[in-house]
Formats: sequence, structure tokens, C-alpha cells
Amino acid sequence: MHPRLVEVRQKVLKRNDLLARELRERFRAAGVFVVTLVSSPGSGKTAFLEKTLSLLQPQMRVAALVGDLATDNDAVRLARSMVPVRQITTGTVCHLDAEMIDKALSGWNLSEFDLLFVENVGNLVCPSSYDLGEDLRAVLMSVTEGEDKPLKYPTIFNTADLAVITKMDLAVAVEFDSEAAKRNIGAVRPGMEVLAVSSKTGEGLDLWVNRLIQAALQKHGSANVRPLIEAQN
Amino acid sequence: MHELSIALSLMEGVEEEISRRPGARVSAVHLRLGALAGVVKDALLFSYQLACEGTPLEGSTLEIEEIPVALYCTSCGRQQPAVSVHCLCCAVCGTPSSDIKAGLELEVFALELMEEHAPAPG
Repeated sequence: MHPRLVEVRQKVLKRNDLLARELRERFRAAGVFVVTLVSSPGSGKTAFLEKTLSLLQPQMRVAALVGDLATDNDAVRLARSMVPVRQITTGTVCHLDAEMIDKALSGWNLSEFDLLFVENVGNLVCPSSYDLGEDLRAVLMSVTEGEDKPLKYPTIFNTADLAVITKMDLAVAVEFDSEAAKRNIGAVRPGMEVLAVSSKTGEGLDLWVNRLIQAALQKHGSANVRPLIEAQN
Repeated sequence: MHELSIALSLMEGVEEEISRRPGARVSAVHLRLGALAGVVKDALLFSYQLACEGTPLEGSTLEIEEIPVALYCTSCGRQQPAVSVHCLCCAVCGTPSSDIKAGLELEVFALELMEEHAPAPG
């Protein structure tokens, strides 16, 4: 018996991709702009998100999902910003996938939000393969991690839309070379937009928040629900 | 290490494919793996063997074809290989490009099947 070669052509993550497409359609219909944050553990994702939520909250309706292997410490921290927050505990799984997002959103009326944040599990490898239906994927790297982080993890930088350099208040202390970091980001993802921020001093956060507000307003305006101006009779 | 999750998704797709072909047994799965797919070849090979144990795919082999990164280079006006995953520049002229044409693949492109019942002629 000889084997027969049959051509198949099937994406391995087909199921995740299909579910991510469904999520993207739901987000579009609800007019909610979705931002995911990826980084290594300890790069300051939660502090960055905490600051972002509190700066956005007076003007925008925001919500967040946070992924961790264990504990709900991050959700407890973020809940202090008084925005709806849900924790996704993955157990031993090192990344979020579209199905986990879908489950975590259950019961939320997405059209009540302008912006939804998803903080991925701290990991620069595994999350890169999984589309979560987001509009914007931001990859964070802190000044304490070294300028060559993009060269060590090119794939995650390649799947992200924007790079955020965090903990800029420590840049001088650790002799962080911003130009070298930006050069490395540009090598693995030519033309990538880079922001430099400090969650502690607030440096660079106005730029980030304004960018999100613009993007959210634009998406909201193009959604097919919730008319911006109520008809008056 | 998410290669076990990847191996399980891979098997799910293959099992779905062979469910449409009664009597077929898979002897090999051919996979295209891009250099920027974020998956480590050796870890995936190891995970595949683990994941196959006790399933209809036990005993099958995973054949991985590695695909290097290729970009569209505006200076050359054509698709060219990239310097490396760490430098998305045209390997011929050095122009940076984020227009990736190859290297993101994570797909099964063929199965080797042993069919016990050959389809009836005609």
C-alpha cells in the first residue's frame, strides 16, 4: 500500500481566526474600539493600563479584560479606576485566544463601551500567533529590559501596530539608549510608530490617550448602531 | 511554549479533513512554517508526537517545511528575500520593507494518506 499525497491547504489556527473575525464584526457593530496590550512580565502593563483608564474615563466609556496565569490581583488593581473589569485566568496557558475573549465578554453589552482594553498574559512569544479581533495591538517594552528586546522577539513586534517604551522615568538611571531602541524596532518592523511614556510621571500619556480618543470616535462614527444625535420630535 | 496548543489545533484540522475520507489513515502531515510565525520547529515536532498518542494520528510523522521571510521591495520593484527576521530589509539592496510576502505561514498544505479501500473506478 503506497501513501497518496493529498493537497489540503488549511491554516492551523483556522478556528481561532474565524472566531476572531466574528469578534471583530461584533466590535464593529457595537462601535467599540479594542486595544490589546502585550509585553513581557513586569514591563508595567498594568500600571500603564491603570493610568490610561483613569485618563480616559471622564470622556469615554471604557472597560478592560486582564489575562493572567493566576490570581486576580491585576483586576483588583484596575477596578480601583471604577471601570468594568474582568479577569481571565488562563491556568497554565501562556496566551489569550479568541475563545477566551468571547467567553469573558459574556453578558456585557458592548455598545455601552467606547473602548475595550485587553491586557494579555505577560509573554512576548506565544500571544503573537493569536488574533483576538482587536483594532490595535500595542507591544510594550520597558527601559529596564534593554534596547535589544525587539531583536530577541521580532515576531511579536511584527504582529503589533504600535510600540510603547515604558518606565521612561528610569531611562537615565539605567542609561537607556532611546535611539538604539527605536532603531531596533525599525529593523524588525520598518515604519512602526513608537511612543515613549512614564506611567509614574505621566510623560507621553497625553499623546497616547488622544490617539485612542480619536480612533474610538472615528470607529464609533462609522458603526451602524447608536445614532450620535437622537431624532427630536 | 504554546506549541502544544498549536499541535492540538493542527490535529483538530487534520481529523476534520480525514473524517471526510472514510478508511483513510494519515501517515504524514506536511506543514509550512514561516520564520515569523512565532512557532519553534523542534518544540512543535515534540508536541505533535505527544498530542498524537492514543489518537488516530498516532504513528504519523510531521514534515515541516520552513519558509524564510520574503518582502516586496519598492526599490527592486519585486519580491525579494529579507536579510533576516531581525532585519526586514531587502537582502539584495538593503531597502527596509514591512510588506511581508512570505514567512508568516502556519498551514497544513498536504496529507499523506494510506487508503484501505481504494475508491471504485468510474
